[in-house]
Amino acid sequence: MSNGKITIYVDDVEVTTEAGKTIMEACDAVGIYIPRLCYHKDLVPAGHCRVCTVKVNGKPTNACTFPVQEGLVVENDTDELKEFRRHVIEMLFVEGNHVCPYCEKQGNCELQALAYRFGMLAPTYPYLYPKIEVDATHPDVYIDRNRCVLCGRCVRASRDLDGKSVFGFVGRGKGKRIAVNAEHSLSETQLQAADRAAEICPTGSIVVKRTGYRVPYGKRLYDKEPIGSDIEAKAKG
Amino acid sequence: MSQTQKSVIAGIVKKYNKARHRLMDIARDVQAQYGCISDESAKTIADELGIPFVEVIDMVSFYYFLSREQKGKSVIRLSDSVVDRMSGNREVAKAFEKAAGIPFGGTTADGAITLEYTSDIGMCDQAPAALVNGMVMTKLCPEDVPRIVDGLKKGKPPGEKAKDGVRPDARVDLNLIQPGEVIFSPVERGAAVRAMANLSPEEVIDTVTKSGLRGRGGAGFPTGMKWSFCRKAKGEQHYVICNADEGEPGTFKDRVVLTEVPDLLFAGMTIAGYAIGAAEGVLYLRGEYGYLLSYLEQVLARRRHLGLLGENIAGKEGFDFDIRIQMGAGAYVCGEESSLIESLEGKRGAPRDRPPYPVTKGYMNQPSAVNNVETLCCVARILEKGADWFKAIGTKDSTGTKLLSVSGDCKRPGVYEVEFGLLVDELLDLVGADDAQAVQIGGPSGSCIAPKDFGRKICFEDLPTGGSVIVFGKNRDMLEIVREFTEFFIEESCGWCAPCRVGTTLLKLMLEKVIEGRGTKADLADLENIGETIKAMSRCGLGQTAANPVLTTLKNMPEIYRARLKAEEFVPPFQIDKALADGIAIAGREPVWEEEL
Amino acid sequence: MAKPKVATTHMAGCFGCHMSLLDIDERLVQLIELVDFDKSPIDDIKRFTGPVDVGIIEGGCSSQENYEVLKMFRKHCKVLVAVGECALTGGIPAMRNTVPLKECMEEAYLKGPSVVDGVIPNDPDIPLMLDKVYPVHEVVKIDYFIPGCPPPADAFWQVLTALLAGKEPVITYEALKYD
Repeated sequence: MSNGKITIYVDDVEVTTEAGKTIMEACDAVGIYIPRLCYHKDLVPAGHCRVCTVKVNGKPTNACTFPVQEGLVVENDTDELKEFRRHVIEMLFVEGNHVCPYCEKQGNCELQALAYRFGMLAPTYPYLYPKIEVDATHPDVYIDRNRCVLCGRCVRASRDLDGKSVFGFVGRGKGKRIAVNAEHSLSETQLQAADRAAEICPTGSIVVKRTGYRVPYGKRLYDKEPIGSDIEAKAKG
Repeated sequence: MSQTQKSVIAGIVKKYNKARHRLMDIARDVQAQYGCISDESAKTIADELGIPFVEVIDMVSFYYFLSREQKGKSVIRLSDSVVDRMSGNREVAKAFEKAAGIPFGGTTADGAITLEYTSDIGMCDQAPAALVNGMVMTKLCPEDVPRIVDGLKKGKPPGEKAKDGVRPDARVDLNLIQPGEVIFSPVERGAAVRAMANLSPEEVIDTVTKSGLRGRGGAGFPTGMKWSFCRKAKGEQHYVICNADEGEPGTFKDRVVLTEVPDLLFAGMTIAGYAIGAAEGVLYLRGEYGYLLSYLEQVLARRRHLGLLGENIAGKEGFDFDIRIQMGAGAYVCGEESSLIESLEGKRGAPRDRPPYPVTKGYMNQPSAVNNVETLCCVARILEKGADWFKAIGTKDSTGTKLLSVSGDCKRPGVYEVEFGLLVDELLDLVGADDAQAVQIGGPSGSCIAPKDFGRKICFEDLPTGGSVIVFGKNRDMLEIVREFTEFFIEESCGWCAPCRVGTTLLKLMLEKVIEGRGTKADLADLENIGETIKAMSRCGLGQTAANPVLTTLKNMPEIYRARLKAEEFVPPFQIDKALADGIAIAGREPVWEEEL
Repeated sequence: MAKPKVATTHMAGCFGCHMSLLDIDERLVQLIELVDFDKSPIDDIKRFTGPVDVGIIEGGCSSQENYEVLKMFRKHCKVLVAVGECALTGGIPAMRNTVPLKECMEEAYLKGPSVVDGVIPNDPDIPLMLDKVYPVHEVVKIDYFIPGCPPPADAFWQVLTALLAGKEPVITYEALKYD
């Protein structure tokens, strides 16, 4: 505990960090990757996706908000947690209509990349095929809610980074959706293509028009290396 | 929208001091005035509060009792809990559909009546029940319905005035079957608060700690410890919050407490305020209990008049404390303490990540002690009669009494105040349940136990419970009950996190396959896998317990599943007859099959 | 010793997966050394000639006929492999799943902007449509999956060679794609 340092134990690896960090930040810094979806380094963490769930002293909790304390024992890369996380990713796939073949985010999509990392071939759950609205009224950005995982990144980015609150939630449970700050559609909001909220979606739900498919197959973000490789490289390097 | 409407809404917003955190009250008032919170109204509210429009619809769209669309002049919400269904509410529903000429979910063409189902409204001891324009009606039978619908069409209020003129005017039976010595013994108004005034706040906390009192919501956190954390936490204000959002299906004890001994509760809140150093307490009252509001306001006014609330309470110089009542609006998840706090702040009732815990950062980001109604009542009694007296009741780790709301297949449904440590068997004798095949302890989020466990004790060390006890007689189809409980969680999931939002629907699909006799061993393994995922990965108590109906019955009564399984290793979810029905109808011809099949 | 037999079929899909199978290029020669093709559009054999070792299914299950083909494949093949997004998820054809079948048909054949004097085709030889396009593993038991749209030729090669060698197939990271 001397000079403000804190030691936690992640899968039996000693990790030195400092007070005020979350488990995820502490792990990122030393090259231990904890899978995550709704988390973004520029945003306040919100605990939506639960993919970063770890066990702290035996109890499941999300790593993105949990503050480090001296002596925490954290389980991360265990078979049990990997299995749970894969189930959650599968749930997100069957909940929406994620048609990867024509999605503009393909190859750069974090949901897809996580599924690759977990080795998902096909979801084992039945597809729910909900009917969901698309809003393409804005000249430069569209929302295809079929691909939304309700991570709320756009909500947080628009409110906290762009200062606009273009997005919010409506409804509850399985009827919960992303809403826009207008009575009818996205075109009535202040959203601009250059806003952080327009580019921060992990999936192809909010996409800046005329930017898709620019990087060829094979050279996209997650074509060669699994998501999280950049963080893990820190441990190797 | 007219200028008048705009200025009326502006007036409502002003009435709440243009405070963002009163958005829930503002929306309720606007709806009371205009029937709904239209987008135009939402826009006006947003402008008056200086917040984005989307924040208003975010909150409004979350609560079942708030509406963005115009509904019928009268709204009939038929309670649809498992017990309501066991008591024949579907027959009542049919009668309503017939009388109103519309299906549930609809509104009559003349805009007179809307029919809706709603989750348990806290009347399982007198099911089937309904809320008619917010007024509770109980023990409904199909024969009552034409008169109710006729009356509504003619503009008559549905309820009957209570006979004593003091109690709330709804048609609700008290059903306090067995009073005990802690909660339901006679209350001498002011005794507990006067006892408090003789102690320092630290001494009050010590007394509560010594009594061994644990939170009555079900989790059993030691109350004294909670208060001690809260008192020590730094903040500009401290708050006492009483959770009267008892939404667990099968529970209705708070209804009886609030009706019979509200003074005891308010004394408990006052003592809590003194102990943690708070000047304000909030009672979060579930929307379904709206009929109790004016009655409770009267009780509060009387306490102010007697110097038991307000400034220098009970003559204690410098101790100022008052209580306000916040109405909920139909969301089970708001019984979860962090969701409740979000709701109090005028937001959707989505849970928070912990830490920070409410004792350090709760309501308005200030240290807050959130306690159950029953817990606070116990506190008042402990101050009045002493920690040792309280400790002598119950078991070593579960001191005092427990209120149980008993419903289902038994002769004497109602509220029982029992000493902790009571055996399930003894309870069943008490309530007159002689053919129970299973008992749901703690509601759907608790556990379903079979006769082999009826020798277990109701207490934190063995069978903890928030107080809901539902008895299932031997003729009930338990899998159907599990399915209905699972549907309840689908309806009440807030949608914040994926495992609960999606997993509950998947559980239901898989259960239905088993119920229809098409399940396999592998499906049971899947049910368990999904259930364990929901339990481990969900964000809050609702999600973490949403799979309990499935998981506890799989564990305690596996035979109900096994009896319906197919012997085959694989049975697809797909059913050709169902899948082809539309195609056959459109083409107007039957399929001709390849001979080989 | 007789070579193992492979059968293939395509259902609601675009035939792209079969194209990708042919995309294993010169390895095709190697494959032909390893296996014989039974019922398949590749050799145009219409009916099963006998038991088959590996059945490959492309496309989702969208009609009565698709259902019959699937059942038949399950009956005749020891191992069934679903290939491509349409078979695994319903894929692009499953975009119709959020719209009731009747509306789909009316939009396509009666109300569409380019329709003149439209009529919903209903020749007895036209298979009846299912209400939705189903992933094939929701209809019959599937043993292995090769995702992709189409699956990369390498993924086909990795799975087929493993199966023929009696090993558990593993698709490498770079060959695992949903697009």
